[in-house]
Amino acid sequence: MKMTMVQALNQALAQEMARDPRVVVLGEDVGRDGGVFRVTEGLIDRYGERRVFDTPLAESGIIGISVGMAALGLKPVAEIQFMGFIYPAFNQILSHVARLRNRTRGRFTAPLVIRTPYGAGVRALEHHSESTEAFFCHIPGLTVVVPSSPAEAKGLLTASIRSEDPVVFLEPSRLYRAEKEEVPDGDFEIPLRQARVVREGKDVTAVGWGAMIPAILKAAEEAESSGLSVEAVDLRTLTPFDEETILASVKKTGRAVIVHEAPKNAGLGAEISAVIAEKALLSLEAPVLRVTGYDITPPLPKTEDYYYVGPERILRGIRRLMEF
Amino acid sequence: MPLIDRFAPTKGERLEILGADGHLVRPELEPSLPPESLKRLYALMVATRLGDQKALNLQRQGRLGTFASSRGHEACQVGTAFGLRPAEDWVFPYFRDFGLYLTLGYPLDDFYHYWMGHEAGLRTPEGLNLFSFAIPVGSQILHAAGAGMAADILGKKIAVVTTFGDGATSEGDFHEGLNFAGVFRTPNVFVCYNNQWAISTPRRRQTASPTIAQKAAAYGFPGLAVDGNDVLAVFSAVSEALDRARSGGGPTLIEAETYRMGDHTTADDARKYRPEGEVKDWESRDPILRFQAYIRDKGLWDETFETDVKEKAASDIEKAVAEAESRPAATPEDVFAHTFKEMTPRLRDELAELRETHEEAGR
Repeated sequence: MKMTMVQALNQALAQEMARDPRVVVLGEDVGRDGGVFRVTEGLIDRYGERRVFDTPLAESGIIGISVGMAALGLKPVAEIQFMGFIYPAFNQILSHVARLRNRTRGRFTAPLVIRTPYGAGVRALEHHSESTEAFFCHIPGLTVVVPSSPAEAKGLLTASIRSEDPVVFLEPSRLYRAEKEEVPDGDFEIPLRQARVVREGKDVTAVGWGAMIPAILKAAEEAESSGLSVEAVDLRTLTPFDEETILASVKKTGRAVIVHEAPKNAGLGAEISAVIAEKALLSLEAPVLRVTGYDITPPLPKTEDYYYVGPERILRGIRRLMEF
Repeated sequence: MPLIDRFAPTKGERLEILGADGHLVRPELEPSLPPESLKRLYALMVATRLGDQKALNLQRQGRLGTFASSRGHEACQVGTAFGLRPAEDWVFPYFRDFGLYLTLGYPLDDFYHYWMGHEAGLRTPEGLNLFSFAIPVGSQILHAAGAGMAADILGKKIAVVTTFGDGATSEGDFHEGLNFAGVFRTPNVFVCYNNQWAISTPRRRQTASPTIAQKAAAYGFPGLAVDGNDVLAVFSAVSEALDRARSGGGPTLIEAETYRMGDHTTADDARKYRPEGEVKDWESRDPILRFQAYIRDKGLWDETFETDVKEKAASDIEKAVAEAESRPAATPEDVFAHTFKEMTPRLRDELAELRETHEEAGR
């Protein structure tokens, strides 16, 4: 069936709740309201208030409570309403969620899923547009996943819920309702830690994730009209990431541009670039390039576009690589 | 006897001066405000209602961004701000505080400018100690407690006020802020506008405590519940707490019980989760109509006054909106310039790249 990313995520949650009675959904406004973006719509009616519940307004509480629930064998899927409000929970994520397995030598784990919308492009208020995935990618023991389309969202969320390690699942709010796509109806899982070659090409590898994938594809189409062939790689799992797919592509094309919406400074692009430099230097025809958000606070709606990482900027990057 | 000793929140007692119909129910507690002040209180509440409605209308027309309406909170916001000395005292508000902004003299055009999506509108004018409101829920409560400690350290005889909703009392920052205030006996007035709803979550799902006011006891300072739709009650409670703060008497928590008459923001639809009857019930306790009945009893209100108040407010609002809309958008440089005191080489490079991209695109 064709559906939006919101519908696909909702279906993944509903199906996993049906399959596994340990799955519980909690967060602010996830019950009666169905979530502010409607991702949890209808779940409370189908699975009841003991498995789908609104919490008090307390992000540290939501994640800390989930750790305790996971300790007794539940599988919490916690929603943080916006990524900009996740920071009170950072202590719980860093100090407990991510390291519990290691510090107890596997006796205790916290394989919860933390879902949260993120990213610019929806003309939102302050704190609603940031992309701070790099904070989470820096934490050992955490898996960070970002879907780039409705079908991807269903498959990756399903895998995240089934994961035995904790997952931070970042949902690009710009893509929530941007397009409808055919999504498999039944059980559908996309393995974590595997990148996907979305488009094959031979001149330049463009690596991105989430809302950057449609932008990369648009830039690739335009590049093609001037005779350039771009290979697009959707990273999907940001950490631990699939080095093999990236390296294979770069070795083929000899050029790499990494595209992310987050600021450049200490962003994930730096890590990917370092891996390419370490493991594929001799295949490179040009330096690895990053096209990213600027190192500023995302502007308010009237000048939000100044921040936008779109096809124009990606295409400029591709041309720069070719002209090197 | 101070109000905090007369009304014990643990016994379900709360301060009410005006009844639901706007007539005095506790004449002995009526504050002695001169007629001009009463008329000004009324005018501020009316301006808050009209200015708020204007923002909602602009939002629907696509001329203003997502907006958090203050409808129903007029008595809380105006009553809290009315007794403040904004050049000396400090205020740490939250995102639903239009009436407080208006009462403290924040430029109306700047207010609209911000909500239209421009950072420049959030720059508080010099001389006004109004901290830019916080959006992450409850985070400003700590800033207020810190400002209270600073006032003590610097020997300033001032009060520091912060406002927040019922949802904020569930955040860790609420606990930490009130705890610091109790330990350091800061000159703080914590005002909770308990509007019964945090988006779709009702007050009873935020705390099992019968009142929010009684939480103060655990931090070692007084708490007082007031009828938040009674501007005289809010003003009296806050005034007493301000005096106590300024004279070294320590912090106070005030719970002003009101109701969020509108949606959480323009991105929300409250019909999905709350009963229509509840909204209707609260409509009958409208803070403006109650206060109108009170000043009418005093012979201070008639149709001419009503018309004057509304016309003046509408004209101020129209002027402010026109001014806000006439301002140019930020330049690319503005967007980069305030990241640090001075631009870094990296930021200069990025700004240059943004300009080149714009030039190539013929912008």
